[in-house]
Amino acid sequence: MEAFVTHTGRAVPLRRSNVDTDQIIPAVWLKQVSRTGFEKGLFSAWREDPDFVLNNPAHEGATILLAGPDFGTGSSREHAVWALQQYGFRVVIAARFADIFRNNSTKMGLLPVVLPGETVEALQAAVEADPTLEITVDLAERQVRWGGESVAFEIDDYTRWRLMEGLDDIGLTLRNADAIGTYENGRQPWLPTTV
Amino acid sequence: MGRTLAEKVWEQHVVRRAEGEPDLLYIDLHLIHEVTSPQAFDGLRMANRPIRRPELTIATEDHNVPTVRGPIDDPVSRVQVETLRKNCAEFGVRLYPMGDAGQGVVHIIGPQFGLTQPGMTIVCGDSHTSTHGAFGGIAFGIGTSEVEHVLATQTLPAYRPKTMAIEVSGELPTGVTAKDLILAIIAKIGTGGGQGYIVEYRGEAIRRLSMEGRMTVCNMSIEAGARAGLIAPDETTFEYLKGRPHAPSGADWDAAVAYWKTLVTDEDAAFDTVVEIDASTLTPFVTWGTNPGQGAPLGTSVPRPEDTGDPAAAARALEYMGLTAGTPLREVQVDTVFVGSCTNGRLEDLRAAADVLRGRQVVTRTLIVPGSMLVKLQAEQEGLHEVFKNAGAEWREAGCSMCLGMNPDTLAPGERSASTSNRNFEGRQGKGGRTHLVSPQVAAATAVTGKLTAPADLPADLPAGL
Ligand code: SF4
Repeated sequence: MEAFVTHTGRAVPLRRSNVDTDQIIPAVWLKQVSRTGFEKGLFSAWREDPDFVLNNPAHEGATILLAGPDFGTGSSREHAVWALQQYGFRVVIAARFADIFRNNSTKMGLLPVVLPGETVEALQAAVEADPTLEITVDLAERQVRWGGESVAFEIDDYTRWRLMEGLDDIGLTLRNADAIGTYENGRQPWLPTTV
Repeated sequence: MGRTLAEKVWEQHVVRRAEGEPDLLYIDLHLIHEVTSPQAFDGLRMANRPIRRPELTIATEDHNVPTVRGPIDDPVSRVQVETLRKNCAEFGVRLYPMGDAGQGVVHIIGPQFGLTQPGMTIVCGDSHTSTHGAFGGIAFGIGTSEVEHVLATQTLPAYRPKTMAIEVSGELPTGVTAKDLILAIIAKIGTGGGQGYIVEYRGEAIRRLSMEGRMTVCNMSIEAGARAGLIAPDETTFEYLKGRPHAPSGADWDAAVAYWKTLVTDEDAAFDTVVEIDASTLTPFVTWGTNPGQGAPLGTSVPRPEDTGDPAAAARALEYMGLTAGTPLREVQVDTVFVGSCTNGRLEDLRAAADVLRGRQVVTRTLIVPGSMLVKLQAEQEGLHEVFKNAGAEWREAGCSMCLGMNPDTLAPGERSASTSNRNFEGRQGKGGRTHLVSPQVAAATAVTGKLTAPADLPADLPAGL
């Protein structure tokens, strides 16, 4: 996973609530067995509408998605995170995220930032007024800064550390292989096996 | 102070706990399907890692499989299924392939084999893993990175979610099902209402539900945003499990039941949040919008956006759905009816649909898709397939089918369905398709009239072919 410390970029305002992962990447795109090429599927149904915000050339090259509340609901498909990253997004800012989407994001190094709804809306309005506005998302300082403004966001220490170091969870867990073995020795004998 | 059921199960599975870190949680059962696993197996190969406990892992082919006999026509789907077969062979995972008597939708086969038991931790790269909580364990969906993590370590690092009690008092009226109940719960707390929580469904109405009904309720926990949903095990649970192929037997059974009986929320335990619902006030419930929280009783009308909690989203949803505020829901015309999925593709669901269709004729395209090949077999032993065929419905092979339209079973743009599945998202059942979520009973009655209909609305002696 690519480390995330701080990032500055332009943003896309997506003024829709409850954006589910079926919209982020429709199921037809999930048939691939590789990890690449998902950017083409990002919001593919909505992108057919020329007025959809991602089609606005003013936002080309943006790396921060300013989403409505309850972003990433529904299916657990991590392809949604891959699609956002492969399209070029490094950060999604929203008032609320669905749990599985948020988990998947932090495993891949896409930073989900929770800000109050009014702040997200203020940011969306600011970007709509000036699409060239640069926003800095500073994970080290737990801050989002733009224009002369700055707001703090919360993220737990452990996730922040992992993201800043770009650490692989599996490697971390395998350091505790002994503890896993000890636990396994105490499991109830009646627990099922699949064989 | 006492502990909730979710806390007990969680604590039982903590491998390692350290200050300032998520708990490392042991996973008792890992379910796999073809869509969310290929990149995880690739990851194992790249890092040269084996599966830690292949015998706690089980795989099935469900999302891409056609529901008419024969090979997979779509080459991309076929490669995905073949990739799962290769991966399972290489890593030693038990697989139930297409055509096997044990094949079926991943959340149907776990319980059917008795692999899903009280007190277990169960994960799958699939959000509806919450289904398995119906047996009193903690079951939740994960992404592909976490699938790889579980394959490699049989554990997951996770923070314990908060706890929510949904207390359902009273008794569901006749004709009102577990599906209506969970749709009403989601409409009440919203698609984000359960975020960060494990929900325990409690109360008289829950205790009265069959295991199938409990699975329907827990299945849709994710549609309320919950991390997981569970129900304390009781005699209904034990009765369901007894004698299933992977359930304990002999002395193990007695020991297991003794332990399972401790899996209840203590009287003096406190939940972080409590929601109360009176089951006796409920009626058949359907969705009108494009998320599962946008629902209403069938007897009402399409709401005005300004009367909903999120007017902008409702206005957008009505436009997508091609609906006008104020239209009675009973007047909404439907083209296709789908009975199936991990929400309502079990034997009890098929029986309920057959009871409505017996001696009647459908006027819509009607797909009846059993959740597993075993469900199909059992339904055929009861003659349900004849009821469906005589009514003019299509009787199919097992799979996810029109629940998400990854196989050829899809809606055409603008087509409208009444579906017993769990998601009415835009394009979920096919690009441009419009979905109304309903119970199996409402689905069957709708197939008869071509409009959203409850069985109670049907004349008893409806002439064939109306
Ligand atoms: S039936 Fe639908 S919800 Fe269930 S596992 Fe299949 S696609 Fe997912």
